[in-house]
Amino acid sequence: MSDKKPISSVNDFVVRFANVNGSGSASANEMFARAILRHGVPVSPRNIFPSNIQGLPTWYEVRVTEAGHLGARGGVDMMVAMNPQTWDKDVAGIEPGGYLFYDSTKPMPSTKFRDDITVIGVPLTAITNSTYTDPRQRQLFKNIIYLGALSALLEMDPRLIEQLIGEQYKGKEKLLSSNVHALHLGRDWALQNLKCPIGLRVKKSDKVGDRIFIEGNSAAALGAVYGGATVCAWYPITPSSSVAEAFTAHCKKYRHDPETGKAKYAIVQGEDELASIGIVIGASWNGARAFTATSGPGISLMTEFIGLSYFAEIPAVIMNIQRAGPSTGMPTRTQQCDIIACAYASHGDTKHVLLFPEDPAEAFEFAAAAFDLAERLQTTIFLMLDLDIGMNHRLCRPLKWDDAKQYDRGKVMTAEMLEEGRDFGRYLDVDGDGIPYRTYPGTHPTKGSYFTRGTSRDRYARYSEEGSVYADNMQRLVRKFETAQDLVPRPLQANAERPTKYGVIYFGSTSPAMDEAIGLLEERGHQLDRLRIRAFPFHSSVASFLAEHDFVYVVEQNRDSQLRQLIVNENGIDPVRLVPIVHYDGTPITARYIAKAIGDHQDHLKVTPLRKAVS
Amino acid sequence: MTYIAKPKFHHPGLKKNELGYTHRDYEGKISTLCAGCGHDSITASIIEACYELSIEPHRVAKISGIGCSSKTPDYFLGNSHGFNSVHGRMPSVLTGANLANRDLIYLGVSGDGDSASIGFGQFAHSIRRGVNMTYIVENNGVYGLTKGQFSATADRGSKSKKGVTNTDNAIDLVAIALQLGATFVARSFSGDKSQLVPLIAAAIGHKGASFIDVISPCIAFNNHAGSTKSFDYVREHNDAVNRLDVLVGRDPIAVDYAPGTVQVVEQHDGSKIALRKIDADYDPHDRLGAQTFLAKHAAKGQIVTGLLYVDPDADDLHAHLNTVETPLNTLEADTLCPGSAVLDKINASLR
Ligand SMILES: Cc1ncc(C[n+]2csc(CCOP(=O)(O)OP(=O)(O)O)c2C)c(N)n1
Ligand code: SF4
Repeated sequence: MSDKKPISSVNDFVVRFANVNGSGSASANEMFARAILRHGVPVSPRNIFPSNIQGLPTWYEVRVTEAGHLGARGGVDMMVAMNPQTWDKDVAGIEPGGYLFYDSTKPMPSTKFRDDITVIGVPLTAITNSTYTDPRQRQLFKNIIYLGALSALLEMDPRLIEQLIGEQYKGKEKLLSSNVHALHLGRDWALQNLKCPIGLRVKKSDKVGDRIFIEGNSAAALGAVYGGATVCAWYPITPSSSVAEAFTAHCKKYRHDPETGKAKYAIVQGEDELASIGIVIGASWNGARAFTATSGPGISLMTEFIGLSYFAEIPAVIMNIQRAGPSTGMPTRTQQCDIIACAYASHGDTKHVLLFPEDPAEAFEFAAAAFDLAERLQTTIFLMLDLDIGMNHRLCRPLKWDDAKQYDRGKVMTAEMLEEGRDFGRYLDVDGDGIPYRTYPGTHPTKGSYFTRGTSRDRYARYSEEGSVYADNMQRLVRKFETAQDLVPRPLQANAERPTKYGVIYFGSTSPAMDEAIGLLEERGHQLDRLRIRAFPFHSSVASFLAEHDFVYVVEQNRDSQLRQLIVNENGIDPVRLVPIVHYDGTPITARYIAKAIGDHQDHLKVTPLRKAVS
Repeated sequence: MTYIAKPKFHHPGLKKNELGYTHRDYEGKISTLCAGCGHDSITASIIEACYELSIEPHRVAKISGIGCSSKTPDYFLGNSHGFNSVHGRMPSVLTGANLANRDLIYLGVSGDGDSASIGFGQFAHSIRRGVNMTYIVENNGVYGLTKGQFSATADRGSKSKKGVTNTDNAIDLVAIALQLGATFVARSFSGDKSQLVPLIAAAIGHKGASFIDVISPCIAFNNHAGSTKSFDYVREHNDAVNRLDVLVGRDPIAVDYAPGTVQVVEQHDGSKIALRKIDADYDPHDRLGAQTFLAKHAAKGQIVTGLLYVDPDADDLHAHLNTVETPLNTLEADTLCPGSAVLDKINASLR
């Protein structure tokens, strides 16, 4: 019935599953993505889910991408439409020439389809109902049955899916065999009744290499384990809860004393975010490595304590998995919208260190590094993830650890050092880097104790509201922040093939979309140098990059171009030279979007005087 | 305004405790509170208790919130680390500190504004978690530092200095602590050192969440007629259920008292609390009984003081979390980090 040629593509297409929350489809859908990976073909999956437990629509999208583009692509080549509620929208979203896969048990009026797509009906309900009697089984196996049918349609190797099922249900023979049975039920039905394969196909390849497939939150939690975190206090909030949950799981596995079975960690689910950060600050004050994980609303609650961490100079690590604000905003959608809130969190003059990992591998590295930084700098370190990295599986390089690494516990004066007669002033800048020495409580019977407070005090931690004493302290904190510049991960620059006056700055989860967009822009004849910012305070190379380019696009996933604001504010640069490219509808930014926005702007620059073009 | 240090002069004839420390070793800076403030008497009692227990001052971590009461840790145990955190949030900071190093003694000092209003949640949760600490509320029924507003512990019908009548019901922190499972609960009066000192000493020896509510009149804003937290009012309405002695490493001196009026409670650390019962029926091991007793007396306008409840076999948050005996803050990479070989395995499982 199609009047448009069906899309034909091997290892490069997007399948989207439309399901109902709570239907148990998640694991079948994830298995689909993993099975393609096992074919050696990169995938980039994304969860699109409502802030609701049951009944509302969810989508799971798998981008199959031999070229390895891990950003969202946009558009859907094949829709697996399992949710009647969203049917119309789902069908409308299919690319012309695309495919619609649906449960054909009940006949559908022809008006419910489109002429320019291929419609594939499988009587899923009828098959399940004739095989299973238990309603829950009917529901769960229906998902595996459609997975089986898809494997036939896309010409996937069923043995690879069986292998995955085997790994998932290792030791649970009954579940294993019944899942394999369901898989073949669907697969055989498709082979016997449909024209297989369709135009979209999965062919074995070797493009995955040794890369791993992991969620950012889990990787960050593992980073906390490797980084030596022993205290975690948290309060549930999407999309950050899985950090603490993963940390708990990792600790249970790797952090028990083999002899006594006792835990080398303490995890407390706080009564709220105030308590969580309070526990972190108390633990860090007392010399343990501690962290909390939260999201925007949690950061708002923590800001008073963050000010204390800054001013009293107590280490703290906060993992902020950003979601769309303001307020409750869109709790299950992604954004990079807490940049300003975190950079300047709390009252008075404060500045905080932010780290921006681009993928799970960096989330792991930066999470581990955050504890060194927090102790070295004696301040709050924010690990800035977002839902798109945190709650989605990403293909990334394997996690690496250097066994020779010791933790940098920062400047801690020990009893021996005090005995030697070293001058201890808690807020004394001995080395000129703005970082003072601290002592842990209980260090020495008569030396080195001091009073920690958020109130102004002198270099020896003695309460003082003397203006000059206060200013001296505040100046030292500025020096300390300058020191931080060289300790945090540096920006990474990649230059265009030809010299260009144009640059682009981006960060975090935008990375894969940006990498792909550069190619699309080159096709349009635009050359851009790239700078990926990985931390705040900004390294001096950011200023150099700005100086070297007439115009720099700043690509980010928030409305107000917050990173751009921060760059303008901290570098005193003419804002006209920084062109905001923003995307903030809660979906991950795509290469198509970036390439169009920058491309259109570049085209415009060619015909209009420069200053006017961007004003 | 700056801090005021105490002169370092030690009188050679000062009495020494088992560790050879004198009273002065337990003191801190000179108080900047109003002369006559009940909080200063509590400071003196803390000093006395720590002296008598022969605690090494630097093994104590003293943590507070914000308020006149929360300033006091600066005035005792000058050789220990103090932490004036943020208003009402002492309990979480103390919890974190305790998790980091289970070997120190944790003294939490707070006010009624601090603990019963902004910090009510944190107070409750630190108690229900069983953090091993001595949590002292210096309860004056007003906000001292912000000049005399009613706090949530001010009794309904009591009058402010400006003559305003409080129409809100009062929160009784002792009743709440009992309800939430504190394993050592007491109330005392800043003006009754002989009762308060052993209570603090026993609370320090207690392994678990100890809570002491100390009525501590604010002479600047809450010591007038019509106040139910004034020196006169408390003296007139105080009904003590017991007096106690704390005996560390010594034989119980129960024989000193007439049988039937003394009960000895042995705590985890080996210290013994000898309870001299004033109210012969009062049983400090009965949580429910304590709750009822308290409520009955409150209805009569009486302030019950003494050790109201103790569970000598209490455990604490570390026991609940099954943490290692070694303080977490001393663990390093060699024991905390699973290493690259494990990471390789993790990588392999993620393909
Ligand atoms: C977030 C915040 N809100 C308000 C204050 C102001 N404040 C300081 S102390 C205090 C009340 C202290 O009362 P209480 O705890 O009863 O101690 P007291 O001074 O009576 O001993 C208040 C409201 C503050 N420091 N922080
Ligand atoms: S204002 Fe009240 S509570 Fe504060 S120091 Fe003076 S008497 Fe004490």
